[in-house]
Amino acid sequence: MSTAQTSVNPSTGKLVIAWALVGVPLGYGVYETLTRVAALFG
Amino acid sequence: MGWLDRERTIAPPGFNRWLVPPAALAVHLCIGQAYATSVYKTALVKHFGASLTEIGVIFSIAIVMLGLSAAIMGTWVDKNGPRKAMFTSAVFWASGFLIGSLGIFSSQLWLVYLGYGFIGGIGLGIGYISPVSTLIKWFPDRPGLATGMAIMGFGGGALIASPVSTALLKMYDPNSGAKGWIASGDSVGKLFLTLAVLYLAYMMFGAFTIKVPADGWKPAGFDPSKVKAATLVTTDNVSAKNAVKTRQFWLVWVALFCNVTAGIGILEQAAPMIQDFFRQSDGVSLVSAAVAAGFVGLLSIGNMSGRFAWSATSDVTGRKRIYMMYLGVGAVLYAVLALAGSTSTFLYVALAFIIISFYGGGFSTAPAYLRDLFGTFQVGAIHGRLLTAWSAAGIAGPLIVNAFLDAQGKPGQLTAASYQPALLTMVGLLVIGFVANLLVNPVDARFHEPRPDRVRSEESALEA
Repeated sequence: MSTAQTSVNPSTGKLVIAWALVGVPLGYGVYETLTRVAALFG
Repeated sequence: MGWLDRERTIAPPGFNRWLVPPAALAVHLCIGQAYATSVYKTALVKHFGASLTEIGVIFSIAIVMLGLSAAIMGTWVDKNGPRKAMFTSAVFWASGFLIGSLGIFSSQLWLVYLGYGFIGGIGLGIGYISPVSTLIKWFPDRPGLATGMAIMGFGGGALIASPVSTALLKMYDPNSGAKGWIASGDSVGKLFLTLAVLYLAYMMFGAFTIKVPADGWKPAGFDPSKVKAATLVTTDNVSAKNAVKTRQFWLVWVALFCNVTAGIGILEQAAPMIQDFFRQSDGVSLVSAAVAAGFVGLLSIGNMSGRFAWSATSDVTGRKRIYMMYLGVGAVLYAVLALAGSTSTFLYVALAFIIISFYGGGFSTAPAYLRDLFGTFQVGAIHGRLLTAWSAAGIAGPLIVNAFLDAQGKPGQLTAASYQPALLTMVGLLVIGFVANLLVNPVDARFHEPRPDRVRSEESALEA
């Protein structure tokens, strides 16, 4: 049985919220780490 | 608790599969905290009046339990689906922190072993493998990219947990402004309570966002026959029970073990190692402690980005080829690091960054490699069994490095030359892993599960 989805509902709002929930903390962590890394090249 | 069952998580038509990676990331970012324990390690040493080794045992128990629970619970995770697995993982992980905090408040170290180490470690193992098979089913066209996105979270979790934990410890400890401040046991206990609540909420978001695809679902425009065109990729399935009987499983196990052992060799010693490599004849290092801390941060970013970038690249190059790069190029880079790493800090940092990105890539490419060899049927359970290589490497890597360094001298007196025996041993290990990977070939058909279409055609032939 094959039920290929040809049209995908974008669910943009849900996508933005879901990615923001993981992306914002991760971005914060990378930023904080990069500020420490700066000492390496300072 | 039927609402956690696999049947209740089947995606409706039109569900956007790009909602699945953030759900998986939510779990991996939380359990990745396991790599940020150094933030409160000294505080626990002081609070319990224990040695560094006694406190280090907390982390060791957690990692051993990660490997064991992933291996033992893999089949359960595949059978019950990602939502129940993520929910269970969240309960174990948060309970680990709660019991750990009780141990800290009551000054009972064994409770921290039991809580964070044993119970939290079970949460680590179940959480690590919980989204893998689901992601591979949602992204049959890009399995490396999908698992890379999730497993990247395990590397990234520490990047978030470190600064957040430091800020919380400062907030909870009224003496945080004092010179040479070490966080109080009370503040670490409160930190554990806070992390329990935060991680439980975050992991529940993952558990209730994730969905499994309906049977027979495939992405629009996806042609499975094109995937099959690669020699090592099978459209058949092998059960977890049969997979461990194949030569291919153990060859990949050896390849992963060698790659992880070599990576841990650098990660374990990262800060003192860069200082020792640039120690002058007067015993003073050109690299300060602050710069060494920056180097450790850079390695964390290398580890995380390698998990995503190399795994995604493996969708184009194939899994066997990218493992040849991790192990073959890795061996060459390790040799250059051992023999010429002390000539320039830039060279040293660049080599270590690439080596650690290969270490991370090895982890995140493994599920897709298993999918190629054994199919999607019980790939989560097979992945769980493969992670015992991680547990074994977690013991072997530090043992090799520390044994060689102990024979070379005392900490603070070591130089680049002191590291050569350990690093060249790692080169040898990587060559063994390279050969093991080279020997990987398609799994023999006798291990394949019976296919309904084949059974039907054989029955038709008999009837005719």
